Amino acid sequence: MRLIDARHIDFGHGGQRVLQNVSMSLDEGEIVTIVGPNGSGKSTLLRLLIGALKPQKGSVTRASGLRIGYVPQNLHIDPTLPITVARFLNLPKPVPATAATEALRTAGVAGLDRQQMSQLSGGQFQRVLLARAILANPHVLMLDEATQGLDQPGSAAFYRQIAAVRQDLGCAVLMVSHELHVVMSASDRVICLNGHICCEGTPEVVTAAPAYRELFGTGTGGALALYRHEHDHDHGHDHSHHHPEAAE
Amino acid sequence: MMLDDFLLRAALAAVGTAVAAGLLGCFVVWRRMAYFGDATAHAAVLGVALALLFGTSITLGVGIIALCMAVLIHSLSGQGVAVDTILGVLAHGALALGLVAVTLVPGQRIDLDAYLFGDVLSVTRGDLAVIWGGGVLLVGVLWWQWSAMLTATLNPDLAHAAGINPRRQQLILTVLVAAVVAVAIKVVGALLITALLIIPAASARSFASTPERMAFFAMAIGALSALGGLRLAVHFDTQVGPSIICVAVLIFAVSRVGKYLPRLPV
Repeated sequence: MRLIDARHIDFGHGGQRVLQNVSMSLDEGEIVTIVGPNGSGKSTLLRLLIGALKPQKGSVTRASGLRIGYVPQNLHIDPTLPITVARFLNLPKPVPATAATEALRTAGVAGLDRQQMSQLSGGQFQRVLLARAILANPHVLMLDEATQGLDQPGSAAFYRQIAAVRQDLGCAVLMVSHELHVVMSASDRVICLNGHICCEGTPEVVTAAPAYRELFGTGTGGALALYRHEHDHDHGHDHSHHHPEAAE
Repeated sequence: MMLDDFLLRAALAAVGTAVAAGLLGCFVVWRRMAYFGDATAHAAVLGVALALLFGTSITLGVGIIALCMAVLIHSLSGQGVAVDTILGVLAHGALALGLVAVTLVPGQRIDLDAYLFGDVLSVTRGDLAVIWGGGVLLVGVLWWQWSAMLTATLNPDLAHAAGINPRRQQLILTVLVAAVVAVAIKVVGALLITALLIIPAASARSFASTPERMAFFAMAIGALSALGGLRLAVHFDTQVGPSIICVAVLIFAVSRVGKYLPRLPV
């Protein structure tokens, strides 16, 4: 079943074209990752898909009754607003206490119910956001750079959690990230975005695509370390400045 | 008849206004709308002038002008304009225009103090009906919209993903602020309305662990300030509006100190 279908979207603000002729879709149970450099319109695309923005041209169709579990990039809670984790999980719809407890456990932060949101660490905060997204019993989980501010082991652990959650719920997952090495290995499909869609396909197809290499170089080839070794074939030029180990 | 007692009427008016303002004030604080409240309140003076010129009720005139101002700012803020400066221009522009316009009203000279600092001792039973009617309406609307409003306050995108339109929620708040301004001008005056919105809410923050508790405490602190201020004003023969705010500020100071007390070694 098709969950979201975006066709020929154009979007810009202040005379600046952000997205041009972008078409993409998301099917039930799929894991799709959108990658792209800073300012490539990734977050804008996600916000168009959830309906926070309206495309200037083209259309976004969401399946009727689509439940979206959205994990924003970073959620700043004003310090003047006191709110416990338990209360946060009950927004906007009240959920049974058992479900909230269960969601926290699934997200890997059991027992935080009574904590103030403002007292959580970065990793705990993102997991609570994930727990809240799970509680909507979503058809699709949408994560916008959800691991920003986490260190590498932290974000790797977070993505393992996502994979586990997806196994549980069977929902589709749409993520936006610039952390190629962590996200791509788990994706069914990767969309490489830079104002327009440069290339898309399975992780292997995308990493081999010239457009992708132009954007990211081969230095980020570590992304595919799980699939094959970068040095197995020759690119016909010097590897020395973008050796995978040296990258980053 | 009990309501004939002007002090009782004043107390009822002040408490009604302060409770409504305390509740709405939580959102003003959470969403950092204090300046917005100021701009709307300053525009109220223009509303007074127009009401006097056209011979309509002050509440109606203030309500309409405050609403126009609020909606104008609301639509500007949707267009990615840096509203800060525009707010300043609109707020003081409306205040100055109002002050000029009031002096142009034919007939006897108007006592501006009543509109700048409030004149709660002169409230009529009609005023009371408007204040309590408006207050009940405001509490009702916020009760009904509570979860959606909180979600939109936390994060607009989170609201969108849950099928809530955050712009609509913001518009509702905008209209409510205008309504509180229209009602509160009689009690604390145009210059101190924002204080009545934010100070009880800011004091309540120290005691609350959830938004609901903060809202409840804000209403209680608002009521306490209203009664305390009135008492003070009667005792020292001071102006009621500023006295109410003085008590609110005192409670705020105590709440800030009180927050640290449990941590002191005893």
